[in-house]
Amino acid sequence: MDFGPFLLLALMEGLVTAAVLALTASGLSLVFGIMRVVNVAHGAFFMLGAVLAWFVSQWVPGPPALSFAVALVLCPLIVGAIAAAADTAVLKRLNYEPEATIVATIGLLYILEQAALSFFGPDARPVPAPLNFRIQLPWFGYSGYKLAVVAAAALVLLAVWLILRHTRAGLIMRATQIDRDTARAFGINVDRVYAGVFAMGAGLAAIAAVLIVPIQQAHYLMGGDPLLLSFIVVIIGGLGSLRGTLVAALVIGLSDGVISTFFAPTLAKIVATLAVALILVLRPQGLFGKRAA
Amino acid sequence: MLRLEGIEAGYGAVQVLRGLSLSVAAGEVLCLMGRNGAGKSTTLKTIIGQLRASAGTIELDGARLETLPAHEVPRQGVGYVPQGRRLFGDLTVAENIEIGLMTRKRDARTRDRVLELFPRLRERMGQVSRTLSGGEQQMLAIARALCLEPKVLLLDEPTEGLQPSMIALIRDTVVALKKTGVATILVEQRVDAALSVADRIAFMTGGSVAETVPAAGLRADAPQFAAYVGV
Repeated sequence: MDFGPFLLLALMEGLVTAAVLALTASGLSLVFGIMRVVNVAHGAFFMLGAVLAWFVSQWVPGPPALSFAVALVLCPLIVGAIAAAADTAVLKRLNYEPEATIVATIGLLYILEQAALSFFGPDARPVPAPLNFRIQLPWFGYSGYKLAVVAAAALVLLAVWLILRHTRAGLIMRATQIDRDTARAFGINVDRVYAGVFAMGAGLAAIAAVLIVPIQQAHYLMGGDPLLLSFIVVIIGGLGSLRGTLVAALVIGLSDGVISTFFAPTLAKIVATLAVALILVLRPQGLFGKRAA
Repeated sequence: MLRLEGIEAGYGAVQVLRGLSLSVAAGEVLCLMGRNGAGKSTTLKTIIGQLRASAGTIELDGARLETLPAHEVPRQGVGYVPQGRRLFGDLTVAENIEIGLMTRKRDARTRDRVLELFPRLRERMGQVSRTLSGGEQQMLAIARALCLEPKVLLLDEPTEGLQPSMIALIRDTVVALKKTGVATILVEQRVDAALSVADRIAFMTGGSVAETVPAAGLRADAPQFAAYVGV
């Protein structure tokens, strides 16, 4: 294959990575931005979404598209409910102290992984794709499902943006993000907002996992890479900045696709890590983050 | 209307309020004065629920406030204008107003009534609030609190850093609210501003009220100001 088509293929692969990464990282960014909680268990919520999608694919009869549609609705709701329960049972009791919540979410990560190992087992398991068609380009054919993943991720991100910017719930979240004490002085139940935001963040990770699991397979340790890449993305984009998260996800995803295709996936991770180091030295608040007062 | 009895509160191990008792009636303006650290702002934070009282009671029209979660206190009819305004700076004027309105599900008439008091805000509805001038920010902070239609309004140094015309506007607003029966607790450092609007002045020292006197007839050179405020 010539260089041009090869580059196009790499960019398309990168776009798929970027789309899923943007979804996962936006959940992490939302939780940090509003709650100031560094959620180390975020990758475990991603894994849980994928594992639950496998269970749904086994239990729901009929064509793969049906079980996938059920998984796409059900898994984020279940994962979100687990996250909300964890918030109320653990994080709230720690008064959302930054150091304590990091330790707590590490604990949560291990609990979720071990639970998945116990109920799901150690094997990687495939989930059938809901769509099986190829888009034939002049140089190569490409999975139509992968492009559907990009479109679905874009739609979900648009919905998140619309919720944050144009709904009463979004206004409450933004006010709480700016000043939780003053928000309380205007009747906002901050505990409920936090539980909702933690659930929403985990739900976004679960949606990303359900979308990607037909390409990757479900495994109880699959949350590590998404967690690492999500942290890379939110650090580069600026912790708490949704716009920064999207831009950084695009940059990291596309560079991952290109470097992995032309060189090696490991080199792509090295470049991403170096980019984080560079950002931390030159612009610690990230590309779109605000400098702490 | 609002009564505090034997309140003890502080920040962690640091106790600030020590057996504080005070009351304010409907349509009355009570001004809290005292030196820095006397506990004036801490009193307001304790009423609104930002700080928990470790002892004592806070009653509004017979309902206990100190046992409620902080977000329930404004629903009982307590509006708060914090020191330094603490607007939601990245939100627009309209969004700040909406935050004030959403608590008690008030209709657009409340917003219109509040904006009648501060017509300049109506012209700035789409502006991000941190870009407003200091005076406009203070107007917005008060307007946001009034959207709650409070029975009691807590004002923490509302004239701080403002030009005289803005101070006069705030004074007129407090006087207008007083006529509608709103009780106001005002923390104020400026003697002239306090005397121009207060019905009573409570002088605080060491976390409790040392002396409460009627403002009528009190002069700016009264010995209490020198003793408790240091002016």
